[in-house]
Amino acid sequence: MNESSLLQRFSERINALKKLPKIQENKSIPELLEEKGFSRRDFMKWASAMTAVLSLPATFAPTVAEAAEVADRLPIIWLHMAECTGCSESLLRTTYPTIDSLIFDYISLEYHETIMAAVGWQAEHNLEHAIEKYKGRYILMVEGGIPTGEHGGYLTIGPHGQTGLKTAQKASEDAAAIFAIGTCSAFGGIQAAAPNPTGSVPLSEVTHKPVINVPGCPPSEKNIVGTLLHYILYGTLPALDAYNRPKWAYGLRIHDLCERRGRFDAGEFVEAFGDSYAMDGYCLYKVGCKGPYTFNNCSRERFNDHTSWPIQAGHGCIGCSEPDFWDTMGPYEEPLADRLYETVFGGLGADATADKIGMGVLTAVGIGIAAHAAISSIKNPKE
Amino acid sequence: MGKRVVVDPITRIEGHLRAEVVVNDEGVIENAYISSTLWRGLEVIAKGRDPRDVPFMMQRICGVCTFSHYLKSTMAVEDALGIKIPLNAELTRTLMNIALFLHDHVVHFYQLHGLDWVDIVSALKADPKKASELAFKYSDDPVATGVNDLIRVQEKVKKFAESPQGLGPFANAYWGHPTYRFTPEQNLIALSHYLKALELQRVAARMMAIFGGKNPHPQSLTVGGVTCIMDLQDPARMGEWMAQFKEMAHFVINAYQADIIMAAEMYKDEPSVVKPIGVKNFMAHEDMLIGREDYLFSSGYVLNGDLSKVYDINEDLITEEATHSWYKDNEPLHPYEGKTNPNYTGLREGESVGPDGKMTHSKLIDESKKYSWIKSPRYDGQPMEVGPLACMVVGYARGNEKIKKAVDDFLHRTGLPVDALFTTLGRTAARMLQAKVIVENGMTAFNNLVENLKVDQTTCAPYVIDKNKEYRGRGIGDVPRGMLSHWIRIKNGVVENYQAVVPSTWNAGPIDASGRQGPYEADLIGLKIHDLTQPLEIIRVIHSYDPCIACAVHVMDTKGNTLSEYKLDPLYGTCSV
Repeated sequence: MNESSLLQRFSERINALKKLPKIQENKSIPELLEEKGFSRRDFMKWASAMTAVLSLPATFAPTVAEAAEVADRLPIIWLHMAECTGCSESLLRTTYPTIDSLIFDYISLEYHETIMAAVGWQAEHNLEHAIEKYKGRYILMVEGGIPTGEHGGYLTIGPHGQTGLKTAQKASEDAAAIFAIGTCSAFGGIQAAAPNPTGSVPLSEVTHKPVINVPGCPPSEKNIVGTLLHYILYGTLPALDAYNRPKWAYGLRIHDLCERRGRFDAGEFVEAFGDSYAMDGYCLYKVGCKGPYTFNNCSRERFNDHTSWPIQAGHGCIGCSEPDFWDTMGPYEEPLADRLYETVFGGLGADATADKIGMGVLTAVGIGIAAHAAISSIKNPKE
Repeated sequence: MGKRVVVDPITRIEGHLRAEVVVNDEGVIENAYISSTLWRGLEVIAKGRDPRDVPFMMQRICGVCTFSHYLKSTMAVEDALGIKIPLNAELTRTLMNIALFLHDHVVHFYQLHGLDWVDIVSALKADPKKASELAFKYSDDPVATGVNDLIRVQEKVKKFAESPQGLGPFANAYWGHPTYRFTPEQNLIALSHYLKALELQRVAARMMAIFGGKNPHPQSLTVGGVTCIMDLQDPARMGEWMAQFKEMAHFVINAYQADIIMAAEMYKDEPSVVKPIGVKNFMAHEDMLIGREDYLFSSGYVLNGDLSKVYDINEDLITEEATHSWYKDNEPLHPYEGKTNPNYTGLREGESVGPDGKMTHSKLIDESKKYSWIKSPRYDGQPMEVGPLACMVVGYARGNEKIKKAVDDFLHRTGLPVDALFTTLGRTAARMLQAKVIVENGMTAFNNLVENLKVDQTTCAPYVIDKNKEYRGRGIGDVPRGMLSHWIRIKNGVVENYQAVVPSTWNAGPIDASGRQGPYEADLIGLKIHDLTQPLEIIRVIHSYDPCIACAVHVMDTKGNTLSEYKLDPLYGTCSV
């Protein structure tokens, strides 16, 4: 699709959304931003940044801004399953200015157990009411894996002791779109690691509806908010990889844009944490970095208002946005290419998900990395 | 026979928690039961793994106290392998820990617990000018309480309240409840701080990310030290931490402390928050190294609220038992020996007070049997409260000057007696006091780190794991919710057994074999509920402990997965670890 027809499609979509009633009549996102002291200029800056995150041409920034403004037409229901609340926390950490979180906190978050004031019967009522009232219109975001062992009995919520499994299935039924937020909801996560004592599964395995996966442990707030904006803009599923991850966020490997990539190419590796190479910022591959096998935009977007990311803090990537990474990426502080290779890729491995990289090429890359590291340890000029 | 009241889900906490109480005709709680309703089994998953990997997995116990489990798990492996980590690594961990405490306590008081004290709807009636003047009563340099600030806050909430759809995330709460004690002006001040805290928690999170790479779930600890040497060598990064620390410190003193003093003044006669607590045993562990061998928090335990005696902890006397927990082996076991196989018996059918006050079909706890995924930890057979209150009580009894000063100053300013500590109000105040002790002493850790970095660049200690040797070790200390310990045994180079004894487990565990209740349950008994359909009093007591239930629920099964043996009626599903 060329730019102008894409732009036209976005405009039509936004116009259609504008015709929907606002959730709170006397409240709109532009007003809210103004109240919070954000100027139109701040907002446009943010929209430009989100445009880049979504890999759209810069000329689309005004359209992205418009999309954010109509977010108040889309109610959101956020469920907690078997989880640690890290994904909710990630959302609260959102980048300055705090527009991302405003969109969630104040506009249309109908149900979110960590934030909401209501408890007990009243909380249960809020959930049922939102599902009923916004039937077919709400966006469902689910944090946490779904325990299916013991018929779902490892998680119950509410005075009726309803299983998490049932709650998730019920809420999925009438959702306009479903996002699995975090690796647990997308792929099962930590509780699904062997031997998976609670039979925890991804959300996509308990509903017949399409689920967009936004993995990461936790995912950055940009990826969460970007997924929402993308839905507003397109009204359809984004281009997804083999694991249903949006390509705009998970299309490149950590390695591709890593700040230490030059060191990798030069064959300069940290040999042990705390050594003199670590002080000089050498590549972390040999102390276990999984960046070459992990698809995510951390190296570009970072965390906490661009404060840092794991590789900047001197530790390798552990592959937290890949399926089953707890079982396939360990030991996290040893390189992967020379061991456990088969387990990781298993026929549908991380690299196989990238459009442009075929399985064959990937295998070659994996072996290439191993060879590169081995050769460099001999040829390292510092030795 | 009394009526049952079920509160599930308890929102504004981490995790899935149910409180169930039996009230008499006067609305006074005669019995209380606490159940955790999610089980994840992380300790089963740890078994057989590379010990170096386990801290990353244990970190995922909780994304709220996101650093606590990572740190104590790393320390457990280091203790097992006999590693003494460099001072730079110790102090860097302290700087990250400071960020965690400041983040956690501020978010807890405002975002999670605050709405139990602050009536948002009442704030609409406030006179912003009066409120702005009033703020100076509680602080010399008030935060976000200028007249214009307060007018804006009020207008914002007004718009919410007037919309036909109501209050969004604030909808359907217990506004107007008679146990709310603040005046409209005081509610407005606290509400403004609620909004400010939402901004500032991002600052505290950035403080951790400077050395941790990200927050939640930082990634710069490794067995033997820390990996963030480049950040430590960068003066700009150090300066960033210091500036953000000062921003947080200002908020803690001039908003958090001010609001707690205000709460002490207005709530000191509210029976539901000054009722003496049920379990007056407190235990805390030294933590927060601010200089060589210099810890901010002290170790020990106090029995029956007797501050004149403080005892040394003997770690061999810590046990966990499962008489009323959904595990097979009931007997008390030390964490190194802990072995528990799940034995899920579910909830029973019954009736409880519904949202309209009528008896309504519900699932109920069967207290004669097992009823929670949380176990019952005991010290020498005694239940113990852990957490900021325990940290302050033990520190006070130990004569820890920094803690004593903070507590005495607070009692002096509020005119409250020492006994006021042993209440819900005291527990909520103690959390603020712990934050205050940290902001008063945090720069010592920072300065000592800077000094040490001038002469020493070491950040990691070398070690080897001998596959032919067996190891055991523990990481123990006080984290934001109280005393946390991780216990590991290593054999053949992999994890042989793993246990975590977690603060919320100490506080939220069910009845033990001798019928003794843990702190949550004991604390609810005798509490009078004004309106059974709006159990705000219960929520306030439970929130005062800062529950972290994903943490509290863990399993000690060392035998692998045998869960398929247990038959379960799907209708009775409940519970968690």
